[in-house]
Amino acid sequence: MSSVNLTEQEPELYQARDPIHPKSIKGRFRTFKTVVLALAYAIFFLLPWVRWERVVGPNQAVMFDIPTRRYYLFDLIIHPQDMFLLAGFLILAAWLLFFVTGMVGRAFCGYFCFQTLWTDVFMKVEHWIQGDRNKRMKLEKQVWNPEKILKKGLTVLVWTLIAFWTGFTFTAYWADAPRLFMAFFTGTAASAAYMTTGILTVTTLVAAGFAREQVCIYMCPYARFQAVMFDKETLLVSYDALRGEGSAGRKPLQKGLMTLEERHSAGTGDCIDCTLCVQVCPTGIDIRDGLQLACISCGLCIDACDEIMTKRGWPKGLIRYASEKELETGEKPSLLKFRTIGYGIATALASALLIYGVLTIKPLDFSIQQIRQPLFVLMSDGSVQNNYELKINNKEQSALELELTVEGLTGAHVAIGGDFTTLVIPPDETRNYLIHVRAPRTSGISRQLITFKLTDKTGLVPVIVGQSSFNFK
Amino acid sequence: MSQSPENKKGQVETTGHVWDGDLREYNNPLPRWWLWGFYGTIIFAVVYWILYPAWPYADTYTKGVSTVSFQSPVLDKAGKPVKGPDGNVEMETKTEHWNSRALFYQEMQSSPSALAQKEWLAKVKGMSFEQIAANPDTLNFANSAGHALFGDHCAACHGTGGQGVLAMNAEASYPNLTDNAWIHGGDYAKIVQDMTNGIQGNMPAFGALFQGEKLTDLAQYVLSLSHQPGVNDEAANRGKASFATCAGCHGANGTGNQMIGAPNLTDKIWDFVDVSGAPNIDAKLKLVEGVIDHGLQHKMPKFSDRLTPEQIRLLAVYVRQLGGT
Repeated sequence: MSSVNLTEQEPELYQARDPIHPKSIKGRFRTFKTVVLALAYAIFFLLPWVRWERVVGPNQAVMFDIPTRRYYLFDLIIHPQDMFLLAGFLILAAWLLFFVTGMVGRAFCGYFCFQTLWTDVFMKVEHWIQGDRNKRMKLEKQVWNPEKILKKGLTVLVWTLIAFWTGFTFTAYWADAPRLFMAFFTGTAASAAYMTTGILTVTTLVAAGFAREQVCIYMCPYARFQAVMFDKETLLVSYDALRGEGSAGRKPLQKGLMTLEERHSAGTGDCIDCTLCVQVCPTGIDIRDGLQLACISCGLCIDACDEIMTKRGWPKGLIRYASEKELETGEKPSLLKFRTIGYGIATALASALLIYGVLTIKPLDFSIQQIRQPLFVLMSDGSVQNNYELKINNKEQSALELELTVEGLTGAHVAIGGDFTTLVIPPDETRNYLIHVRAPRTSGISRQLITFKLTDKTGLVPVIVGQSSFNFK
Repeated sequence: MSQSPENKKGQVETTGHVWDGDLREYNNPLPRWWLWGFYGTIIFAVVYWILYPAWPYADTYTKGVSTVSFQSPVLDKAGKPVKGPDGNVEMETKTEHWNSRALFYQEMQSSPSALAQKEWLAKVKGMSFEQIAANPDTLNFANSAGHALFGDHCAACHGTGGQGVLAMNAEASYPNLTDNAWIHGGDYAKIVQDMTNGIQGNMPAFGALFQGEKLTDLAQYVLSLSHQPGVNDEAANRGKASFATCAGCHGANGTGNQMIGAPNLTDKIWDFVDVSGAPNIDAKLKLVEGVIDHGLQHKMPKFSDRLTPEQIRLLAVYVRQLGGT
């Protein structure tokens, strides 16, 4: 047949998503996930409401203030010039991710990722309103009668409320939370607040309510590059195929294959093909197919299988955290492999540098620049004057009173523009001063290096020194 | 993956096209959300076309229904701004189709920084010059605003930093504002007055009165006032008598008169001829003789029609600080 065959059905333009209705399960991993979820939610939703006393700035413990360009984190205030700390934090987070992923696989995906957390909560809502897996699947197939409309509608409504509060909470990190709350519901908040909340409400609703595992499979780049970090010794959620399949494959429980002894003598594996591990999977995969991209490593299939094994009185761990090497040879993986140590050192180093960076944030920034238009001016008495622009940024929570002196210039007279005697910098503010330095003309010298010295009268800040030059001609 | 056709039917769906008997084309369809996203971008584009300028046609383009409003001065028939009874330019609200120039006007009038500037302007309006200069914050504001205004209106002659120009030709020189001498007076009120009304500086030419030796003697005397090295005391003494003609403006001691803008000749500052930079006494003499011979005409335009009184006040504070005291 060489001609094009057009008789077959026209291909569809898209692949419809089959909704996944995982069965709820109890167990070690489920408990761990619930604890992480409760902790993460408590921090995320409550943090913007925590108050914190400050001399200058908002009384909110954590606030990312864009208009004043300051990040408030309890007693730490990050100014724009300390923004490299954010880069340091991101590098640390990346290395920590590599470190953990190299050791225990996609732990971030399974337990900490916000997509996983919010999907988990949305699924719980579904469970409360529509019932467990079987009921939900039945409802899915049902025609749109009042019961289905009510249950589905109620679910989406609750989802929307959670999504809205998520969006609002996020917005509250960027503004004073109680005031934003009042302004938001009286219609007087900034349009950016409505926009941010609106966009996040919609994206949360879509991502956690409808797209779910599709986010992990199609959208998320982490899923792809984390898989690259696996090696043969990485602990992964795996199905022990050697034990589960035996020599004659998995078989359901049936007469003559009820006990382990019977099954082993018949060559049948320990897997009774109950498919509970598939039913509980939030991404709808079969872990028995081996390592796959869609596995977010949440461990719920371990809980499911362990439950069955316990019920049968058989040893647990048919599905467990095991490395590829362990499954092949039975050898336990060693955590002290080159990669783990390398990532570990990098993580420790990044943490140390970040802590060092935070501890050594300068209490004030200052710059002194010679004004070059003109470089020097002859004054009426024949002396020479140079002007300087002094910028001081006080990053402390208390005012600074600084005395300015010049060293390295004989007969120098220093004057601060506006006839001030000291430089007073209010807490967390920047001030510019025009400095006039005058000195008698010295023959033979055209330019000389001079040192400006700032001495804090309150004794809070050590003496600060800056160099510049003085031009005689 | 549960969504891939591999798991569903055990084989990948094909498009149904077969070449050479066995060559088939796999069909891996896009997920539905992706397709919706694609349709979404199309809807977005259509909404954009309706709201904003988009399609060119003939020699113009579709304007869109979105608008921008801003305040614009009311113009009379000659195109000049109309002033209201209170002396301020009358403003009206203008609405245009969405365009970035209108957005710029709007931003210059109602952005947070524009509002902050208005707030500061209102704050310094009621303050005296001394009060503005005594507060670091208001001084900072006056200096920043003054610096910007200076760049726009003053720097063309006085230089970006106010350093002035010392030209070969004395009449192409502009005074240095960064030293501590003020030809026309350095108190705030006088600076404001000079900027508002302009300055007319006029030294007559004395070439007819002083010539040859007499001219040189007078120049020697003028240079002796500021103790220039190399001055011939004898010649200077001879020139002292001629200085009586100059004393009418420059004062008997040569200390100048700020009221009529006659510079102080006893200090080391030379604003129109580069005496300080001249290599020897002969060159200095030549410069001073030139001024006596030809006189000196100077004009600074008035700025009352270009700057508001408030802007002139801020400029005065800025200029006053340039050289210190």
